[in-house]
Amino acid sequence: METFAQVVLDGLLSGMVYALVAAGLCLIWGVMDVINFAHGEYLMIAMYVSYWLGFLANIDPVVSVIAAGVFIFIIGALTYLLIIRYTVGKPPLAALLATFGLAMFLKNLCLNRFSPNFLILSDTWLGGKTFQLGGLIFPAPQLAAAALALIVVGLVYLLINSTRFGWAVQATAMDREAAELMGIDTERIYILIFGIGGACVGIAGGIMPSYLAVHPEVGSLFGLIAFVCVAMGGFGSIPGAFLAGLLVGVAEALAGFYIAPVFKYIAVFGLYLAVVFLRPKGIFGW
Amino acid sequence: MALLEVREVTKKFGQLVANDRISFSVEEGSIVGLIGPNGAGKTTLFNCISGLFKPEGGQVVFDGKDITGEPPYRIARMGAVRTFQVVRPLKDMSVLENVLVGAFLRTSDRGEALTRAEECLRLCNLTAYRDRMAGDLPIGGKKRLEMARALATGPRLLMLDEVMAGLNTTELKAALDVILRLRDSGITLMVVEHVMEGIMPIADKVVVLDGGTKIAEDIPARIVRDERVIEAYLGAKYGRRLKNGTQGGSRD
Repeated sequence: METFAQVVLDGLLSGMVYALVAAGLCLIWGVMDVINFAHGEYLMIAMYVSYWLGFLANIDPVVSVIAAGVFIFIIGALTYLLIIRYTVGKPPLAALLATFGLAMFLKNLCLNRFSPNFLILSDTWLGGKTFQLGGLIFPAPQLAAAALALIVVGLVYLLINSTRFGWAVQATAMDREAAELMGIDTERIYILIFGIGGACVGIAGGIMPSYLAVHPEVGSLFGLIAFVCVAMGGFGSIPGAFLAGLLVGVAEALAGFYIAPVFKYIAVFGLYLAVVFLRPKGIFGW
Repeated sequence: MALLEVREVTKKFGQLVANDRISFSVEEGSIVGLIGPNGAGKTTLFNCISGLFKPEGGQVVFDGKDITGEPPYRIARMGAVRTFQVVRPLKDMSVLENVLVGAFLRTSDRGEALTRAEECLRLCNLTAYRDRMAGDLPIGGKKRLEMARALATGPRLLMLDEVMAGLNTTELKAALDVILRLRDSGITLMVVEHVMEGIMPIADKVVVLDGGTKIAEDIPARIVRDERVIEAYLGAKYGRRLKNGTQGGSRD
């Protein structure tokens, strides 16, 4: 029983990070109907930012996470200004292919600059530390990442649902022209939403080098899992993506422990198929 | 001085000239009707004024400032706001929330925005629908919601695009009451309308478009006797009835 609880706990901790990555993707989709295929690569870039700050300037990921968040906010805003803006009003495939191209570019850029080697940050503040509580072991880096993810997703949810800016975002998401006519600068909303969506994944990636190796392929899997979470939760629903993130984390941990580590992703994508089969629009998608 | 001046505005779609050098002015505090048969270019002209379209030629001057080609949100912030002919409420929000979005244009204070939104709902006879989802309203309610939402942005000029079309007699009367109430509160109105009984009694001036050009601009009493207007828009039958001294339409 204790082992089971521990496995579920580990799943929940990694699930919260998935939820944060998915929340960023979900926000961009919900407001702009754009699937950002470069989302996983944003995560990878954020990890490199945090890694190099740690390696070169001896700054711990716990601090670098702020720099990573800000950096990916800027990358996100630039992605909108330089790429997505030109695909608005075009067939949806245009934005899809454009972000796919961006993902390829970023991945290969990092491959070229940083080599495909796994880079590990040693001697971080949290690395290797654990807490014990009621027979359960809490690994410190994962716990910090999960707590941070919970806070950021909560803040984003509050921002969208109970501020003046959030009302403007919701209005823009429902009908861009009508929002414009109520004095909302929807171009500015789009820039900020792409930035905030990026910042979410940037924060997730910023803390990760505390416990995870960095390499150019690291983002692909997270990007795919984020997509699964968004689709499972119901496109555009942040609570849905959050819940789906937790489910994916727990499914992954249980299958990995009780069946075999190679079964982790079979369980994740099997769960995804089951959910979309039963509820094609996702858990919160009605 | 006129609040809105439209000067020689021209809008083309390829070879089609939807608005051909249209000029008129809207005096502060008045109700101006904009009429014309289907395809006359009324909605296009509204789009040019509100910034959704950029005209190829001419100028739109609002409150002494040239607003031609400005983005819609800036024009709305200056105080010229429109509604849509095909109603476009934010359907996943409640009626009150829809109006709140408009109210947040002039204030960032939640309480103040709420007070303002409630006031607009009252003005548009929507208080009873306050917490319903906007998508579930009957058509008359949706049209009034469009007006309430536009009103909440605190406009000086409110442009209403066919808010009376498709309404039954009771709804029509409610809409007219609202328009007059808005005028009395100091808002200038420009009303695109198909429903003649609706617009004629309340307009201070009527501008008539046909095939993209302005064919008349006058007070309603003279517009209904203008031969070009009768020919182009009202049709011969309607014209005869008017000359015989009865009001148009099917009401007795």
